[in-house]
Amino acid sequence: MTTTTTRIERHHYDVVVIGAGGAGLRAAIEARLAGKKTAIISKSLFGKAHTVMAEGGAAAAMGNVNSRDNWQVHFRDTMRGGKFLNNFRMAELHAKESPQRIWELETYGALFDRTGDGKISQRNFGGHEYPRLAHVGDRTGLELIRTLQQKIVSLQQEDKRDHGDYEARIKVFSETTITELLLDGDRIAGAFGYYRESGEFILFEAPAVVLATGGVGRSYKVTSNSWEYTGDGHALALRAGATLINMEFLQFHPTGMVWPPSVKGILVTESVRGDGGVLKNSEGKRFMFDYVPDVFRKQYAETEEEADRWYTDPDNNRRPPELLPRDEVARAINSEVKAGRGSPAGGVFLDIASRRSADEIRRRLPSMYHQFKELADVDITAEAMEVGPTCHYVMGGVEVDPDSGAAFGHVRGLFAAGEVSGGMHGSNRLGGNSLSDLLVFGKRAGGHAASYADGLPARPKVAVDAVEAAVETALAPLQRDTGENPYTLQQDLQAVMGDLVGIIRRQGELEEALSRLAELRERVAKVSAAGGRRYNPGWHLALDLRNMLVVSECTAKAALERQESRGGHTREDFPAMDPKWRRVNLVCSLEGDTVRLARKPLPKIRAELVGLFDRAELAKYLTDEELAEFEALVADDADAEKER
Amino acid sequence: MANETSPAGKPAAKRQFRIWRGDESGGDLQDYAVEVNEGEVVLDVIHRLQATDAPDLACRWNCKAGKCGSCSMEINGKPRLSCMTRMSTFEEDETVTVTPLRTFPVIRDLVTDVSFNYEKARETPAFAPPPDLAPGDYRMQQVDVERSQEFRKCIECFLCQTVCHVIRDHEENKQAFAGPRFFIRAAELDMHPLDVKTDRREYAQAEQGLGLCNITKCCTEVCPEHIKITDNGIIPMKERVVDRRYDPLVWLGSKIFRRGQVPQTSVTSGHSSGAVHASGGHGGVHSHAGGSHDPQAEAQAQGGVNWNREVPHPTAPAVDTRGRLPLTELTFDRAAAPSPFGDDVTFPMPPEHLNFAHPEQDKH
Repeated sequence: MTTTTTRIERHHYDVVVIGAGGAGLRAAIEARLAGKKTAIISKSLFGKAHTVMAEGGAAAAMGNVNSRDNWQVHFRDTMRGGKFLNNFRMAELHAKESPQRIWELETYGALFDRTGDGKISQRNFGGHEYPRLAHVGDRTGLELIRTLQQKIVSLQQEDKRDHGDYEARIKVFSETTITELLLDGDRIAGAFGYYRESGEFILFEAPAVVLATGGVGRSYKVTSNSWEYTGDGHALALRAGATLINMEFLQFHPTGMVWPPSVKGILVTESVRGDGGVLKNSEGKRFMFDYVPDVFRKQYAETEEEADRWYTDPDNNRRPPELLPRDEVARAINSEVKAGRGSPAGGVFLDIASRRSADEIRRRLPSMYHQFKELADVDITAEAMEVGPTCHYVMGGVEVDPDSGAAFGHVRGLFAAGEVSGGMHGSNRLGGNSLSDLLVFGKRAGGHAASYADGLPARPKVAVDAVEAAVETALAPLQRDTGENPYTLQQDLQAVMGDLVGIIRRQGELEEALSRLAELRERVAKVSAAGGRRYNPGWHLALDLRNMLVVSECTAKAALERQESRGGHTREDFPAMDPKWRRVNLVCSLEGDTVRLARKPLPKIRAELVGLFDRAELAKYLTDEELAEFEALVADDADAEKER
Repeated sequence: MANETSPAGKPAAKRQFRIWRGDESGGDLQDYAVEVNEGEVVLDVIHRLQATDAPDLACRWNCKAGKCGSCSMEINGKPRLSCMTRMSTFEEDETVTVTPLRTFPVIRDLVTDVSFNYEKARETPAFAPPPDLAPGDYRMQQVDVERSQEFRKCIECFLCQTVCHVIRDHEENKQAFAGPRFFIRAAELDMHPLDVKTDRREYAQAEQGLGLCNITKCCTEVCPEHIKITDNGIIPMKERVVDRRYDPLVWLGSKIFRRGQVPQTSVTSGHSSGAVHASGGHGGVHSHAGGSHDPQAEAQAQGGVNWNREVPHPTAPAVDTRGRLPLTELTFDRAAAPSPFGDDVTFPMPPEHLNFAHPEQDKH
């Protein structure tokens, strides 16, 4: 129908990288260095990707600040952080290769903060045994993006010199969205999408595609993620026949701002609580004392008086319950809100204003003070903040081969790196590991995509009817005028995910979420967008909705299936970690329109890597059977030692 | 906020907005009455409009936290990030006018074609790493990287580009002028402790059009990252270029060698000997001021310029004993530094007073 009249711009590339954040740019650099003609597809302008939001730094065991640090220690920290659900090989590669990837950035022009002897400075961060995060103040993500962006420009300058054209071998398609991957049998043949600016369609014919589209946070009401995080890569992979793992694991921060709207989702650092901030409900009650679990009872204060003495005399008093682990704090906030004692905007009050002098707050929390003053005109020295759990990062993603980043499932030529891929972080990501993850696996995916393209005997062909179908799907929301507004649908989806598949999950709520997602699926299928094709955000959102929906279904299904609490998945009805569940990944695939869930055993950790942990620690994570194996292994080693 | 007041419960007030709607073929300001809640920024209001009255209202945004530099627009005529412009900064009954960035062509509504900036970025020579230094062996002192780090804070919102009057209403200057964003990029690389390219300042002068900047500091004023674009980037770059121009050896060299044969000086150095003259006491009285839009002059300029004609020499500013400009604002009688082009020169220059040496000019 429409195809005869619709103009479609065609391009031929060797490697198409979807996503222009850290992982995408690093992958593209690698593919171009391997001599491949490479396209970078960016949903935003070049250099605006969500990577710029990363503040803490990039974790790499360079040992610049503490020379005892090495890849084994980093590996151990990563596995602990992920509660041993990580793909061990990915964690190993990441720990081994991240120093090289960081050093490489310096040759591209990056300027990290320095140590006294002129090396890259490294800072402490939660879960890392030694100071390990290379950083630039609190704008490390921006430095990373800008550096990679400028490296791409320098490659383009080389191409201009050699071929007379900046875009001879690497081109950035900014403000372009891919809506469909095209297949020839089980091989990737290309990608179809549209220019956001003009609404014109664009078809890439390419044998290899690297997904680097980031996360899924926009499916949640309160999130620190940008609008781009609609799970495009996750959904594209599913539809192309790839699989997703660990989708039940999302990282929430317990205290994100929920009010005012201008700062909704933005993180309020834990140090606000460490410096005296307390959580209160709408009745003005400091409620955390009611939520101290028995296992923590001995370490936490029972009265406000004792808790308040701790700030000045931590040796003789127990900690205030506001400093319980993240998930406990989040659970408490969640309970208060659900019991009707929440703040007007659906959070609780974090009050430091009534407890510390304005001067002291400004001195101890300068960046918090300035951030909220500047962005929202909220004076944290004068009023309480309204906070609640905010969606921050998705650990789950495309199931990939750890070494090459090639997607599993029944598709070839598809690669994934960064937040869109799964496995590296297990059930919980350590701060600082995402920036190094981007670099390590971005490079790998780009390199392997290039060699895959090299090894093909013939180019897969794009089928005409697949393109026609893609055009039809893309234009459908514009041609309907009876459906619902995409913004309403997005709000409803966010409400379902935020309320029912949020930080604390229960069987009943998850079941309800699934039935409401099924209703939403019907409504999304009939969405209509007003206006034309030219830079029409309503239309763009209408097309993103189906991706958000299918990814949300994966999360809800996997969350219902996993009957334990681990890392970024907390089940109120199964509060403990269960070693039996550690051996299982939940794998999502698409069958027609339906999300299918399967259990798959985790790969077995290599002996020398298990050997990096002591038995007492492993006992927390492993089943008795696995522990027996471990002991046999240690005994073997001891025997071998004796024989020598 | 105090517990007794419930901001979310407060009735939202309707506020008046005028938003430019249209595309490259034209458009106009449209009136909207929008609900505004306490604590919102302009971008929140635009999002509300998209969700209600104007679902196809085009606007760029990403992080909504002042970190990505996507949501640049002009609010009441002032270039701003809409995520950082709080509604509380306007009077309750004030109509807020939102228009696209004026310096760049409109694509639709509040979205402009900023590809100019990406083209200039691509023309700016990249970091040149020391060839003999392996990755991991880079050693730099914090104090040395800090100067460049200030410029690397840039979030590329292009507010400095849109506010810069050299190109804001002068499309014709765009080709020769890279703009503040890329002056600080050149400065950043010039100050990079390990960059091995040595002609960043000459490049800025000759290829980026640094000379067109007359330090009005508009760029510094709008920078949401508070980068001291003028003081720390542009002025030092200008100072050094001037420094070389005043260098007697360079001056002598430029007299002995033909232009283009002295690689360490810029292609403009030949013509800039005028400035050297002036400092030597030959400064003639002249006026560059005014008349830039005289139709006769423009017609004449279009007819071609005789590059060999005698051009009036500007009055060079006073220099100190080291031949440098007095750049201390404390002791200086006006904001910013004196113009290295002579304080009687205003920009844009009338075409008949320009004596531009095109880089390609002497190659034939």
